[in-house]
Amino acid sequence: MRPTAARLLNILVPVKRTIDYAVKIRVNPDQKGVDLNVKHSMNPFDEIAVEEAVRLREKLKDAVKSIKVVTIGPPKSVETLRTALAMGADSGVHVEIPESAPPPEPLGVAKALRAVIERQKDGVDLVILGKQAIDDDASQTGQMLAGLMNWPQATFASKLVVDTASKEANVTREIDGGLEELKCKLPLVVTTDLRLNEPRYASLPNIMKAKKKPIEKLSPSDLGIDLTPRIETLKVTEPPKRVGGGKVESVDELIAKLKEAGITAVKA
Amino acid sequence: MLRNGTRPLARTITRSYATSSGPHALVFLEHRDGIIDSGSLSALTAAQRLGGEVTGIVVGGPEQLKEVVPKAQKLGGLTNLLHSASSQYAAPIPETVTPLLEKVLSNSPYTHVVSAHSSSAKSLLPRVAAKLDVPAVSDVTSVEHNATENATTFTRPIYAGNAIATVRAASSVPIKFFTVRSTAFKPAEADGAEAKVIEVEPVEVTDPQTQHVKTEITKSDRPDLGVASRVVSGGRALKNAETFKTTLEPLADVLGAAIGASRAAVDAGYADNSLQVGQTGKVVAPELYMALGISGAIQHLAGMKDSKLIVAVNKDPDAPIFQVADVGLVADLYDVVPELVDKLKQ
Repeated sequence: MRPTAARLLNILVPVKRTIDYAVKIRVNPDQKGVDLNVKHSMNPFDEIAVEEAVRLREKLKDAVKSIKVVTIGPPKSVETLRTALAMGADSGVHVEIPESAPPPEPLGVAKALRAVIERQKDGVDLVILGKQAIDDDASQTGQMLAGLMNWPQATFASKLVVDTASKEANVTREIDGGLEELKCKLPLVVTTDLRLNEPRYASLPNIMKAKKKPIEKLSPSDLGIDLTPRIETLKVTEPPKRVGGGKVESVDELIAKLKEAGITAVKA
Repeated sequence: MLRNGTRPLARTITRSYATSSGPHALVFLEHRDGIIDSGSLSALTAAQRLGGEVTGIVVGGPEQLKEVVPKAQKLGGLTNLLHSASSQYAAPIPETVTPLLEKVLSNSPYTHVVSAHSSSAKSLLPRVAAKLDVPAVSDVTSVEHNATENATTFTRPIYAGNAIATVRAASSVPIKFFTVRSTAFKPAEADGAEAKVIEVEPVEVTDPQTQHVKTEITKSDRPDLGVASRVVSGGRALKNAETFKTTLEPLADVLGAAIGASRAAVDAGYADNSLQVGQTGKVVAPELYMALGISGAIQHLAGMKDSKLIVAVNKDPDAPIFQVADVGLVADLYDVVPELVDKLKQ
């Protein structure tokens, strides 16, 4: 086999527009959902995914051929794409769904992502997603995409080292009770844990530049997919309120309260 | 790029089951060091709530299963136990276990697939569900099955536990996958009747795309954070790793508690990542949760607000933690904790 020239990496980063993590959400009185007229931003785990893609390029230089970001969501989701472009992605894909459409579920999103991947002429070698969206907290999309593509997966990654020559990646994952290291062949799906990196802020010049970067707009029908949820949401309610028990003045009172609840020392 | 062609599902398994129209759950049982995870025991309880037959499945290396199968067989509520041994399952990764589950679930009697919402099951189940083209429901806190409609209704927290969604998987979802929030279901009894043991041939994956390199488990003599009945948790106010240890450990010792941490404490390097309590860490619901020097951000509350008794010690009287605390003390934790340790010892 003759030696191939540079092996170039095409990275795809799916991002989601969610209610900002600092917003205290309110459940609508009709119990159909939560009040969405609040500040939105990019899902924090997706910021980490974009940052990781950009860092890979900084580390691997020209070996990273493209960083494409993709979002599936209502018209306003384009803002989230622009944020990702300002952080350093090259181009975006917006699979637009109507404002009134119910939010697609992870399996639908994974199918849309598969369709997007199949449209890429140069293919995709690495998909980096957040480990979960902070709105539905499902933590499924990356795994489902890997399943649909029959690609390896490395979830909850806290360290990612890509070797473009061997087309392999070493990934350290956060697991219950500790860490696990995997060696995966590309193409690969990675989902990010908080510990992976510290996302950068987009600078003003980069925000300006991002406005000129291309965004391709597609509809679910362009991709031949149906995003109708198969799990029906019957209602959304407030969680039971905790009654704050008030404050005590001293350690003695604190211990008295503990005793009242039947909590005493196990060791003298 | 080209080896991702869709592979037809292997429909090779033919087993004869008594015909029953009721629900039949398959519970994925996890184990470590010969012990079945308590999260899996909670998943088993949730599976029993469906009101039908419950079959467990354990996978692992041949040596591991010798130890685990006899224990798993006795779990309360199990009618059958499937087990499959292969050196490829010794450190199970989704890429190697998925083909086995696909085989077990194809042409099967199972109506539900259940597991704990643990890091390994969370990685595995959605992959399997996607292969079978069914959606999945994560981190459920309640389960109710309507056998005549073949529909299952779940509740699950969304938005970091600030809202509760009630969702329904109708009969159009042929196999209903769900992961279970362990703190919402009591663990199943370890001593039930003997389940029927059925061996399943492993599905060897030739040339696996992923190799397990190593696993590092943080060793601790304390109770496991996820299941401890008492948790002492520290935040940014603990200053550094040294003071985190020297301040919290004596108190945890005297209470027999596990140690937890807020994200701020973990990010600052005071505590190990595996100790993080919150939306992105562990969800705990102990009898006693002591929050020391933790302000109480939404993301932290998501992981502990179902605790029975919440005690907060914080210098800042306006810290949000006081809104959920049953007992609050506005004071410097460096004064309070030693005094508390001394007085508890008396």
